[in-house]
Amino acid sequence: MLIYVLRRIIYVIPIVISVALVCFLLVHITPGDPLVAVLPPDASQELAAQLRAAYGFDRPLPVQFGLWVWKALHGDLGTSIATGRPVFTEVMRAVGNTFILAVTASLIGFILGIFFGLIAGYFRNTWVDKLATGIAVTGVSVPHYWLGMVLVIIFSVTLNWLPAVGAGPGGWAWDWAHIRFLILPAVTMSVIPMGIVTRTVRALTGDILSQDFVEALRSKGLLERQVFRHVVKNAAPTAIAVMGLQLGYLLGGSILIETVFSWPGTGFLLNSAIFQRDLPLLQGTILVLALFFVFLNLLVDVAQAAIDPRIKRS
Amino acid sequence: MTAASDASLQAAPVHKARGYWATVGRRLMRDKVSVVCAAILLAILLAAIFAPLLHLADPYQGSMIRRLRPIGTPGYPLGTDELGRDMLSRLIYGGRLSLLIGILPVILAFCIGTSLGLVAGYAGGKVNTAIMRTVDVFYAFPSVLLAIAISGVLGAGIVNSIVSLTVVFIPQITRVAESVTTSVRNLDFVDAARASGAGPFTIMRVHMLGNVLGPIFVYATGLISVSMILAAGLSFLGLGTKPPEPEWGLMLNTLRTAIYVNPGVAALPGVMIFAVSICFNMLSDGLRSAMDIRN
Repeated sequence: MLIYVLRRIIYVIPIVISVALVCFLLVHITPGDPLVAVLPPDASQELAAQLRAAYGFDRPLPVQFGLWVWKALHGDLGTSIATGRPVFTEVMRAVGNTFILAVTASLIGFILGIFFGLIAGYFRNTWVDKLATGIAVTGVSVPHYWLGMVLVIIFSVTLNWLPAVGAGPGGWAWDWAHIRFLILPAVTMSVIPMGIVTRTVRALTGDILSQDFVEALRSKGLLERQVFRHVVKNAAPTAIAVMGLQLGYLLGGSILIETVFSWPGTGFLLNSAIFQRDLPLLQGTILVLALFFVFLNLLVDVAQAAIDPRIKRS
Repeated sequence: MTAASDASLQAAPVHKARGYWATVGRRLMRDKVSVVCAAILLAILLAAIFAPLLHLADPYQGSMIRRLRPIGTPGYPLGTDELGRDMLSRLIYGGRLSLLIGILPVILAFCIGTSLGLVAGYAGGKVNTAIMRTVDVFYAFPSVLLAIAISGVLGAGIVNSIVSLTVVFIPQITRVAESVTTSVRNLDFVDAARASGAGPFTIMRVHMLGNVLGPIFVYATGLISVSMILAAGLSFLGLGTKPPEPEWGLMLNTLRTAIYVNPGVAALPGVMIFAVSICFNMLSDGLRSAMDIRN
């Protein structure tokens, strides 16, 4: 087990370096000067050169990359061009909010997905299956930003039950004053993992039920309830792996939902970084989110190996 | 003489055994869901292509006195938008750009990804490692984040949004293509081709492409659904086309302020994205089970 974990960690190192490289290069494929957002249009050559030197844009690219990584390792992702505040502080404040949203959405999606997937796989080719797979395909096909709008129309505009935008007064707390802001974005976001988990679990359940050992369990005289327990146990590692990945996708892909609901997370931050051409902020946010995703993948692999003895042996 | 050979040519296919794709096509035609989805997609596509022939209202012509009319208003069957433009016309014209930016990235990624995967899978060794490790790096980014990052850095625009989505899908298709190719490359018929003196490119093009294309194609049709949502999403964020161009994602964005006044009309562009996306998804599922001939 330890060897497996170490091997996975070693495998992650080159990925982390390449991710940093991609994030770094993103800014340098930009058409035009990265300083274009801060420079007044009538800036003199000297001012431009001064600023370029201040931001370190005048050095050769590999040196810039080395310096950038070195600083990033020390928690310094540069200063936001638009606000003048450190990028690291801005990103960390936003990551917390995105995390709350993505984890809640994943939990909702996971629970519903497991439920629909199991019953669909168990009662394959019945109306229950058709209903569950219908819900699943809707979940993966619906443009979630549109679903968010529709939910706002129903629950905020028409019924006036829940707030349409924002994350509640002050900082986050787990009380009703704040949770009522979380419900609509979390439910909206949960439809994607719900659909994907349902499809995965349905296919898994079908595969497991057609294996010989299920036949053996049944002929041994186990109740259907007990057979079901074995099915769940066999499906769990893959389902958890899929869910872990989905959580990563939600963390990184929350921008559309956060824009619809004005949720003050990383997506919201990305959006303002893009439209203010705030490249250090853009770069820093993408780096943090991608690293989260890489480590989450690592965690999923390790967790899967811990639960499923078959993986370690291979 | 000519007539006789023509007749024999025409008669020949009747006796010919049905090919793989013909069988798949026949199985697909028997699947009601797939046929309905294909029909809906075809209708939307044809309407978008032939929109100028449909005698619709001008999709750019607004009027301040008839803004946000509800669905069912005489003369405006689907109402009017926030600038008083005919929604029906804008939704149909919007299909032109929306379908283009949704489907083109998948087609481009399909061509590039299949080539890369085929080369990686067939060549193996260092070539495989070089291609697949590069692909792994892109897998380290959630796809929505990658699309938005590239689009955001390149700036708003149709071409940039197509480029960013293509970059997002290439690694995914390459991975599928590589794994299918690897599973095929050691089969006897490839050895036979090699033994008969065929070069690597001939083997890849003539002997392997036909065998790997099916699974990749199914995967790609499923991706179109994701691509439609993402492409419209980029426009929704303001990273795609610019007003007053009709495009579903952008229309959804500009109509957001209208949800308090006329929620029905505001939701319409999303219905179009949803319809196209779900139809491609179901069609992809239908195609997958139609191609699974053993069952």
